[in-house]
Amino acid sequence: MELFTNQVLAGIATGAIYACMALAVVMIYQAIDHLNFAQGEMAMFSTFVAWQLMQWGVPYWGAFILTLAFSFVGGIVIERALFKPLAKAPVLTHVAGFIALFAIINSVAGLTWDFTIKQFPSPFGSSPFLGSQLISTHQAGMIGVTLILLLLLFVFFRYTRVGLAMRAAASMPESARLVGINTSWMIALGWGMAAAIGSIAGMLIAPVVFLEPNMMGGVLIYGFAAAVVGGLSSPLGAVVGGFLVGIFENLVGTYIPGVGNELKLPIALALIITVLVVKPNGLFGRAIVKRV
Amino acid sequence: MSTVQDVTAAPVIDAVPKKAMSLGPLASLIILALLVVTPLFVKNFIIFQMTMWLIYAIAVLALNILTGASGQFSLGQSAFYALGAYTSAILMEHGDINYALTLPVAGVICFVAGFLFGLPALRLSGVYLALATFALATAMPQLLKLGVFEHWTGGVQGLVVTKPDAPEILATLGLKVSQDMWLYYFTLAVSILIYILSVNLLKSRSGRAMMAIRDNEIAASAMGVDVSLYKTLAFGVSAGITGIAGGLGAIAVQFVAPDGYTIQLAVALFLGMVVGGVGWLPGSLAGAAFIVFVPNIAESVSKGLSGAVFGVILILIIFLLPHGSRQLAYGAQRLIGKFRKN
Repeated sequence: MELFTNQVLAGIATGAIYACMALAVVMIYQAIDHLNFAQGEMAMFSTFVAWQLMQWGVPYWGAFILTLAFSFVGGIVIERALFKPLAKAPVLTHVAGFIALFAIINSVAGLTWDFTIKQFPSPFGSSPFLGSQLISTHQAGMIGVTLILLLLLFVFFRYTRVGLAMRAAASMPESARLVGINTSWMIALGWGMAAAIGSIAGMLIAPVVFLEPNMMGGVLIYGFAAAVVGGLSSPLGAVVGGFLVGIFENLVGTYIPGVGNELKLPIALALIITVLVVKPNGLFGRAIVKRV
Repeated sequence: MSTVQDVTAAPVIDAVPKKAMSLGPLASLIILALLVVTPLFVKNFIIFQMTMWLIYAIAVLALNILTGASGQFSLGQSAFYALGAYTSAILMEHGDINYALTLPVAGVICFVAGFLFGLPALRLSGVYLALATFALATAMPQLLKLGVFEHWTGGVQGLVVTKPDAPEILATLGLKVSQDMWLYYFTLAVSILIYILSVNLLKSRSGRAMMAIRDNEIAASAMGVDVSLYKTLAFGVSAGITGIAGGLGAIAVQFVAPDGYTIQLAVALFLGMVVGGVGWLPGSLAGAAFIVFVPNIAESVSKGLSGAVFGVILILIIFLLPHGSRQLAYGAQRLIGKFRKN
């Protein structure tokens, strides 16, 4: 039993990483209706910017806020420059655009900051949390930040004018335009917010996985999986999905014999597919009713 | 997210009429002539690259049948490519079977695998299908490394495949054909065969059924099309062709190893399809050229920034030609049409 609780706790700790990333994935999915394959690379780039600012002597929270601002503006600029002109192109062309963005950001980061791994500081320290060896204060802080973000997003989307306008623009662009919502800028705003949330995820993940241009590869796969399991239309689902995927991955590694680190990923993904076959819209997603 | 959406609002891809899926006879003959003659004048290394180009073209064509014709999306093609490659390699090395005979076996095995994978995939569409196929692609290299199969697959090290010689009958006829050149013409013959079969498939009743599903699933089923059957069939056919491409790839590269078939290969095939033009079979050649040659070009422009150069070229292509090389071909056709009128 103790082994079980320990593994679940460890799973929650890694799950927080996935939950953070999944939140950013859902955010952009709400704004543009696509999965952004370059999301992880954008987060990685933002984290490098934060690291660079700290190297220049900016204190942690100063760098944190500057990075948020940088990512927000960066997200909007990417949307305006790259994806607005493609608005009418087929969906698959968009996906190709994401892949291009991925290649560019990865390569530029690699050239600017090279591929050696770097330490990234944590604002919460790394001592054991409440005397438990399994969760450090950093991981507890990460879970806390994820939950606060979730709450803020919930309030934003439910109670603010801009949040409501964004939802309207995403679900019914035509009608939204007719009531005077600038849908094109709502999409840009969605990109900005997704990039900012991604940068928070990146800065929280970096102390755990270390900073380097390919740090997001594995995390993004799990982030996608978490978002899809939870249901792409639900931020709450994304966070729950993140924790579930983290816990499940740990339990599989512990209890099923012959499953080393190598097979963790395929098995986690197999489970996700099973979930999808049973519930095609994810655990918390709303089914889309189609009008014929 | 809206709770009510019109079915016709956003199909996965634009509807492509079946006439527009292939080239006219004259253009086909010109391209064929170029493909036959060029290797006679270039070095062995370039012949090898052209072989790889044709092999990727087959794989892109397979994806094109799945996405362009039946409207399903796959990021898992590398898994079927790997399966085909390993089938050929194992049959050649452990079973001493002639390389040409391993290809149909690879095709059949991949067809079955694809058909079976298509069954659970029936319940998924769009992003969800993309994630499921993506999972398949990431799982494949790990499965190939498993200790259980190591006797057959060679584990992490992979297998070395012997390169086939040109048949002796050519030498007795006084023709000197190098291994590379023989393999090229062999691949070309297979490619032509697959291309003709694919074009005919799409022109047949089955092809029309797939396209009907792509354009409007509900209307198709109302017309009596067995939606599940044709969707899984499309998966099977696509996987089977990809498997043949994989088998050819193993013979050409003379080597199979798990890390040669990662998700990057699936992404490359996907890019090839988009650049070539979704739903336009001859575009597979252009798309495959993009996969094989553009990374080399990017590398030669700047070593450190090759990824960025590749991305910029890709963005330029999708900005200028959002519908891929098909758009270019249509433009040319219109120009020629005008020219004829004058």
